[in-house]
Order: sequence, then C-alpha cells, then structure tokens
Amino acid sequence: MSSTWTERLDNPVSARLRNPATSGIVGIVLGCFAAFLAIPPIMARGTTWPILVGVVAALLGIWTVTRGMRRLGWGAFAAGVLGIALGVLATRSGTGNLNAVFDATLIAQTFGLATPLVFGSIAGMMSERSGVINVGLEGMMLMGAFWGIYGADKGGWPVGLLLGGAVGGILALVYGFFAIQLRSDQIVGGTAVNFLALGITGYFFVQLYNNNPIPNGVATLPNFRIPWLADVHFLGPAIGDLNVMIWAGFVLVVVSYILLFKTPIGLRIRACGEHPRAADTVGINVYAIRYGCVMLSGVLAALGGVYLSDGYGNGTFIADITNGRGFIALAAMIFGNWRPGGAFGASLLFGFSSALALRLQVYSASAATLFNVLPYVLTLIAVAGVIGRTVPPAADGKPYRKQ
Amino acid sequence: MTEDANIPPETPEQAAATGTLAARIALKQRAGGITVPVITAVVAFLLGGLVVLATGHNPLLAYRDIFDGAGLNWIFHPTTNVANTAAYNLTQTLLQTTTLILCGLAVAFAFRCGMFNIGGQGQYFVGLIAANWIGVDFAHMAALPHILLAISAAILAGALWAGIAGVLKATVGAHEVISTIMLNWIAIWIAEWLFGDGGPLQNSTQPQVPVSNAISPSAQLPVFWGAKLLQGLDIGIFIALASLVVYWAILNRTTLGYEVRAVGFNPEAAAYGGINVKKNLIRAMAISGAFAGLAGAIDMLGYLYQFGQNDVPVSQVGFLGIAVALLGRNTAVGVLFGSLLFGALLFGTTHGLTSNVIQPELAGNLTYIIQGLIVLFVGADVLILYVWNTRKRMWPRRARVAEASA
Repeated sequence: MSSTWTERLDNPVSARLRNPATSGIVGIVLGCFAAFLAIPPIMARGTTWPILVGVVAALLGIWTVTRGMRRLGWGAFAAGVLGIALGVLATRSGTGNLNAVFDATLIAQTFGLATPLVFGSIAGMMSERSGVINVGLEGMMLMGAFWGIYGADKGGWPVGLLLGGAVGGILALVYGFFAIQLRSDQIVGGTAVNFLALGITGYFFVQLYNNNPIPNGVATLPNFRIPWLADVHFLGPAIGDLNVMIWAGFVLVVVSYILLFKTPIGLRIRACGEHPRAADTVGINVYAIRYGCVMLSGVLAALGGVYLSDGYGNGTFIADITNGRGFIALAAMIFGNWRPGGAFGASLLFGFSSALALRLQVYSASAATLFNVLPYVLTLIAVAGVIGRTVPPAADGKPYRKQ
Repeated sequence: MTEDANIPPETPEQAAATGTLAARIALKQRAGGITVPVITAVVAFLLGGLVVLATGHNPLLAYRDIFDGAGLNWIFHPTTNVANTAAYNLTQTLLQTTTLILCGLAVAFAFRCGMFNIGGQGQYFVGLIAANWIGVDFAHMAALPHILLAISAAILAGALWAGIAGVLKATVGAHEVISTIMLNWIAIWIAEWLFGDGGPLQNSTQPQVPVSNAISPSAQLPVFWGAKLLQGLDIGIFIALASLVVYWAILNRTTLGYEVRAVGFNPEAAAYGGINVKKNLIRAMAISGAFAGLAGAIDMLGYLYQFGQNDVPVSQVGFLGIAVALLGRNTAVGVLFGSLLFGALLFGTTHGLTSNVIQPELAGNLTYIIQGLIVLFVGADVLILYVWNTRKRMWPRRARVAEASA
C-alpha cells in the first residue's frame, strides 16, 4: 500500500494535478465557463448547468484556499459565484438582448477598450520599475490623444503617432526633471502633469480648431485585416480585423517582459527601482536609467492616447477624452502587481468590463453606468490585500540623491 | 529610504531629500516664508502669459479682463448692489473661494499627518450627494434642523469615505494615494449613476432629464449678498472661514493636533513617544474627508440646490484643493489666500469673463495650465531651497535675524 502511495506522489502528472495552482486556475476557468454557458453562442436556457459548473468552480476555489494559495483560491471562488449569478441572470433575459450584448464584436470591442490601458499600464510599469511613480499617466495619455489627432490631421496617421509620442515624451521629460533632478515629490509632480495636460490640450483644442468640436476627415489608424481569418464565422469579426495598435499592444507586452526580465538593461532598471544605492555602487547611472524609463513611459502612454482618439475614437477628440482611463491603467498596473503579464491581464479584464458597461445599456442605462466602478473597486480590494498582496518596487516613489 | 538608514543626514536640505513628506513640507515652511509661494504664483502666471502670447493674444490685456471677470475691480468702486457687474462677479468668485477653502483644508490636514489626500474630489461628491438626499427627502423639517442635519450627514459621509483610505493605510499599509484615487473614481461613477436617468436621486417629475431634484427651501442656506434666484452669496462663506479657525485650533491648540503633527513629522518617533500612529492616521484622514464633505454640503445647500449628471465630470474643485493646499503651505492663512487666488481664476476665466482679447473657452483652460505650473513648482523642494539660499546670500543680515527669531 505505502509503496503505491509514494509512487503516486513521485508521478509528475499526478503531482501537477494536486498542485493547488492548477485547481485554482481550473476553478477560475470553470467559473467563467458557468456564465459563458448561458450566453451566445451556447445559450443554455435552463439554470441547472450554470449553477452546477459554478458550484464546482467555487468548491475548487475553497480547496485551493485550504492548500494555502489564497489569492488564486478566492479568485476561483469569486469566479464561481459570479458565474452562477451572471449565468442565472442571463437565462432570465430575452435571447434578442443576449445576442445584442454577446456577439463576436464584444471581443473586438474588449481589445479596443483594453489597448489604451495596455499601453498605459505598461508605461506605468516601466516608470515604476525604475523607481519613479507615475501618477501623470492620465495627462500623458491625454497629450497623446490631442497631439496625435493634430498630427494625423496635418500629415496622416504616422505623423500623428510620431507627434503624439514625441509630445508625451517631452511632457515626461519635464516631469522627470522635477521628479529625478529636483527630487520633488513624485505624486505632487504627477498631479501637476495631469493639470498641465488638461489645460494645454483644452487650450490648443480651442485655439487650433476654433471651438469646432470634431476635426472631420482625419486619417485614422488603419486596421490590420488577416485575409484568411476575416471571413471566418465568429473569429472573423472577433479578431480578424483589429486595429494595428491593438496588435502593437500585444507585441509591447512581450517586448516589455523580455526587456525587463531577460536583458541586462532590464536588470539595471529593476535594480534602480529596488535599491538605487546598490545600483549606483556597481556603476549603474541611476539618473540616466530613471530618465530613460520615465521618457519611455511618457511615449508609451501617449501612444495609448493616440490610439484612443485616432483609432478607437475614429479620429475624434473632445476635451478630457481620456476621462480617467489613465487612472484605470494605473489601477491595471497595480492589479497586475507591477508585472507585464499581470498588467496585460488586468487591462483585458478592465477593457471587458468597460465594453460590457457600454452594452448593458440595452437592459438598463442606469445600471450600466454603475458597472463602470468595477475596475476601481477591484483594485481597491487588491490593494487592501484581501486577495493576496500587491508589492510595489521597494524604492518606488523615493527620490535618489547621489552621494 | 532603507538605503539611507545608516547615513545620518548632514544638512536640513539632505534631511528634506530623504525624510518623510511632512518633514519636507515643514522644511519648506521654514524656507522662505511667504516669498516662495508668491514667486511660484508669479512665475506660473508669467509662463501662462507666454502661452497666451505665443497663440497671438495680448497677455496683459487678457489678465486684466480675467481680473475684471473675477470681480476684483470691485475694490476700486465698492458697492453692495449686485446690479453692478463687478459686485456680482465678486460674489461668484467668493462662492468658488468658499468651496476651495474647504477642499484645500481637506488636502492640508492630511498633509500635516504625512499623507497625501488626493481624494478630495470623491469626498466632495459623497458630501454633495448626502446633502442633496437629505435636502430633498426630509422636506417637512424646520429650516435650522434641516440644514444642520444635511450638513452633518455630508460631513459624516465625507469622513467615512476618506476613512476607508485611512483604515486601509493603518491596517494593511495600502498607500493612501492609490486608495483615494480609486475612491475618487468610485464616487464619480456613483454620482453619475445617482443623478443620471433612472438613478435613485434623479428628478422624479422629469424622468428624461439627468438632473437631481432641487432641495427643499427649508434646507437652503440664507443668502446675504445678492438674490437667491441669481445665485447670491450665501452664509456658507462664514462656515468656511470658521473652518479655517477650527483647522488652526485643532492643529495648534489640541492634543489631537499635536499627535497628528507628530505622526506626520516622524511616525517612528511619535510611536516611541507613546502616540498611537494607526489611530492618528485614520483620524487625520477622516477629518480631512469631513472638510471635503462639508464643502459638498455648502455647495449643495448654498447655491447649487440640484446637481446634474453632466456636472459630475466637469467638477474639478477637489483637485484644485491640492493646488490651494500646496500653495498655501498647509497653513490656515495660506489656504485662505490660495483659495482667493484660485476662486478668482476659476470664475474670472469662465462665466465672469467678457473679453475681446481672450475667449472664456481658452481662458478656462489657462486656469488649468496655471494650476499645473503652480503645483509643479511648489512640489520642487530643491528649487525652493535654491531660491531660499540665494535670498540668504543676497541679504545675509536680514536672513540671520529672521532665523534667530524663528
């Protein structure tokens, strides 16, 4: 008897199955699946299936918690409960409404709404990994959104991308000068950046477009159409015809991961964010690294802004077009625990919740408005440490003074 | 800061570079007195003027029109008759000042405890919502208890909202900046939901108009300058001025204020001296939120009476409070002057402005640019210390006398 037990313990497959991480992830997937059962294209009309699958997910979650992986376990539990609730709600709803909310374009819209957040959260991560808090993401994004439109209006979308990115970089350079060189409080500086961007974009929007709300006929960022995929059922409208910036966002996540965790320069960046004195001792130029990261952060956030106005917005601009998206990006970065994959996942989640908020208006415009609080509530729960713990870089937000 | 733990700071400048936020602010308060904020504001106005000049307007004439738009030209011909444009504009500027005093205090109080309350906007909204709810629903109360009830509810709501951030900071160490930013946006969306079509506080007689009901007359604050219908100046400004005194008294004349300042200056030393740091973090945050909640109540009961969904994203007073507190260096007198400056800018560049030189749409954004520049410069210790040291070099004797007396 005992020999078979030890054999089974050594068996790598069964060891992996008993790993609480696996059960947690399976629980989360099942929880999502419980809600997914009741919506198109499967659209089960009975309440049995969502409840059954959801309960299994919740049980898996509880088991995972008892095995010590609290964050994942509670995640699976929450996914199961939410899955049941959403699944039962969906079976109560009319099929016409369901089809209007959950069609393939929901996926495309999720990517569209998530992309400014992907750029913004990766931008924030680059800056904070080097030890500079960037509360000015919103402002940098807003600058990109306006100057991107202006550039696209005057010289086509590539000029828009260049101009938007450049202006974002310049604003970040100004912020960097105050945050790094003058060692001013980084949160105060970031707040100032947000005010400045709001004022500058608003001022020049009135000045350059003479108070006309929308500059018409601007060259928008093109879509990237995959020929063999674009006409396939479901997949075509979902991912066959997405904007180039959406794909660029996917690439950005991978590149930023490799840059931060697989290259010497990434090691230096992280060293500056964790222990700048030690980094300085081994000959890393802390100021140069931080300047570089802050400027890169500004460029990336601004590119997200360019996409927001000239891609997702089809070449429109209104005052304060970002409307808190920079702060959602900040939230996504925190929720993703200052890691590229986590930031990407959180951006997708928040993008999905925004897309749902837009579509749930077929049920109730009022409830759909309230749905917008979801990213902020989730992030508040995450920083409260209810599920796991978010750990910022050790020297994040602390000005460094060379000796 | 761990990397500096073993190296004792040699100069106050160095202590400022490595110390806590409150320690750095305290240093800045020693450095330069009133000179630095004045220089900061002047430089911000100069740079704003450069933007105006670069876009083809005359900055001097533009600033003169903004000055008139804010009603500040009233001092040349004082009159209480609001048919006079200057007098009317001045009442409107003072309405904005009232709000900004309280929003500035909300930021300043947390600063004195070493925390950055960036959530004034959210706390203002929950106060506004609470006041609107009480003002509309308890329509048959007598005036004084109704007003007191609405104000207390708003103060409580603001204190609780900010208290969440305080509790999170004290118990699990969540950074107050992140939690107050999140609480801001939660409050903003809740306000959009409440006042929007189908929302619980939305106008019950006109379901298609995304505006709340107007509060009952019994909850409206008395107006003492101008007419109620024309948005006259209400007694809220006296409440705001009294709050300045309360703020000063709490911080400088009570045990609570002493503990709050001690925690802000150096939490470890405060804990060593027997002060309960966690309790004070929560208390300071709640008092901060109470000021912002009061601001929401005064606005609602004083002149707004109702609030629309579309007004929610436009409101920036909570964020302006940051600029007011920083410019006023977290002192009562400083907050008063900061609020006057920004109140004048806020009204003088928008509704009050009639100008051939600069459109109100442009000038309104100029306010944000100036605000951003002021916050940027005020936050820069090294710049301020440089200015301070230059001053000492230029007038060495006077500076030494000032230091000896301090």
